[in-house]
Amino acid sequence: MALDTTSTSPAADTVADARPGPRLSQQARKDSLARVVILLALVLGALFAAFPIVWMLSSSFKSNTEIFEFPPRLITENFSFGAYSTILSDPVKVRFFINSYVVSLSVTVLTLVVAIFAAYAFSRFEFRFKPALNVIIVSVQAVPPITLLIPYFGLMVALKLYNTYPGLILTYMIFTLPYAIVMMTGYFNTLPRELDEAVKVDGGRTITALWRVLVPISVPGIVSVGIYTFMIAWNEYLFALTLTKTQDMRTVPIGIQLLMGQHSYEWNEMMAMSILGCIPILFLFLFFQRYFIGGMSAGAVK
Amino acid sequence: MLTTPAPVVGASVAEQSLRGNRLRRGLVPYGYLSPTVVLMVVLMLIPIVMVISYSVMDNVILKKSPKLVGFDNYTAILTNPTFATAVKNTLFFTLVSVAAHLVLGLTFALLLNTRLLSSRVKAFFRVLYVMPWLFTVAIIAILWRLLLSPNGIVNYLLEVTGLTGGQVEWLSTPDTALFAVTFINIWAGYPFFMISLLAGLQGIPRELNEAARVDGASVVKQFLFITLPQLRPIIISMAMLDFIWTTQQFALIWMTTGGGPINRTEMLSTFTYKLAFSRYQFALASTSAVIILVLSMIIAFFYVRHQKALE
Repeated sequence: MALDTTSTSPAADTVADARPGPRLSQQARKDSLARVVILLALVLGALFAAFPIVWMLSSSFKSNTEIFEFPPRLITENFSFGAYSTILSDPVKVRFFINSYVVSLSVTVLTLVVAIFAAYAFSRFEFRFKPALNVIIVSVQAVPPITLLIPYFGLMVALKLYNTYPGLILTYMIFTLPYAIVMMTGYFNTLPRELDEAVKVDGGRTITALWRVLVPISVPGIVSVGIYTFMIAWNEYLFALTLTKTQDMRTVPIGIQLLMGQHSYEWNEMMAMSILGCIPILFLFLFFQRYFIGGMSAGAVK
Repeated sequence: MLTTPAPVVGASVAEQSLRGNRLRRGLVPYGYLSPTVVLMVVLMLIPIVMVISYSVMDNVILKKSPKLVGFDNYTAILTNPTFATAVKNTLFFTLVSVAAHLVLGLTFALLLNTRLLSSRVKAFFRVLYVMPWLFTVAIIAILWRLLLSPNGIVNYLLEVTGLTGGQVEWLSTPDTALFAVTFINIWAGYPFFMISLLAGLQGIPRELNEAARVDGASVVKQFLFITLPQLRPIIISMAMLDFIWTTQQFALIWMTTGGGPINRTEMLSTFTYKLAFSRYQFALASTSAVIILVLSMIIAFFYVRHQKALE
């Protein structure tokens, strides 16, 4: 602890560097040169990262003929929201969005409930098949979606769930659940056992300990897991393509693809729909950045 | 033995109820796990059994009573030249993507972890750098089709800077298609590495680098002997996860090239999908799917072992 405070405090740095004369200014000059180099590198990287997205945004405000004009311009004189109003006034396309919201929100809520129960068992109980179940849940994450696709197709037709919301929701849960359980268990493990043990000692049931004590203090963890789950469901493509058939059941990713074949490449509309399609994720990111990144790295590292 | 009290009727009843209690308590975790177990059985175990059984029959789903054909389908798939191409393409796509994700992710994470810039500036750049990760693969595919189209902005920029001449059809020229889809995947996937490595970097105690600096270690040496060893477990986990995910990539390929031109970007996923849903060879597709499953499980085994070793 003592070591910690002396070496990280700015005062310590100053003491170490505050030798009179040229050495200080040399260090300062070195630092400011490094600062310029780092800033330049960051700007270059940012161009690579963000320019495609700026271009998408810019194209969504152009008319279709201006998209390939030569030389290209970021903002043209016909700047308009026309493409957006075309998308939003078409009931077929609005339906894609409704479908995506219904499916993703249902998957999120159901996954959270199931995962909280499972994580509680993993975190707070010792039982015979715990190690085996643990390994199964971790390895399920590595089962390739394409392996499940063909049997799911047969299964959903047989269960009469083909081309329905429940069919898609159930399917997505098998992809969201393992991550959710692993992340949620990790979160519960960081909370002291004494908190919920107290309820049980007082004669309360385990479910009371879970819902009244553990869940309320786990809100940050639940938000992380929820965001992660929502994203997986919102972005899913392969199963949405295969397990739905009619246009009124298609989700946004498939809808964007349909737009490509339907019109002879209305690029401005496709870009507008893409922007609209990423709004929920963008919203989640901007408002819950902390949880977002926390969940993301927790899911990967642990 | 000597201390065992003589059994009394009352005590045995108490003992019984105690045992019953313990039994009930022992069942509690299974109760909480039951929804998960039911879902896993219905949506994981049964489908895997189904796909394995499909893979040893002649054409399932289309035929009313498919016959058992043993390993014929496996011979057919493993000797199929397109399958071999798909394996090669998937390996190239995956290895280059993972390597580039690591290099870019680490570079950006190091830049964003500098102590020379204010945290507000760093936060601004972090948001920009995470951007590609916020877009659905379907959107990324469409966006890059626009950017890489013959009259698109990429060709324009390359021409203006004199790097290439003319209108290259990046995604439909056999010699460039695989590089183009790999590049798109690199762009789309590095933020995941970056964020995790950034979290890892922030976990490295500053004293370590300070001490090394005092001892006269150069920046390169600090990176090689302090930063990299500290990040090693994260890098290995991330690389393995990314490897598993990238081999499974379907939507990006399907929406940009569809596996073409002339199989140049055919991946294991698109190969299997086409067998099933364009050619209706469900048994052969299942065989291919089982082979992919086995390969993935081998990688997953190493991943689980690595994670176990960390604990």
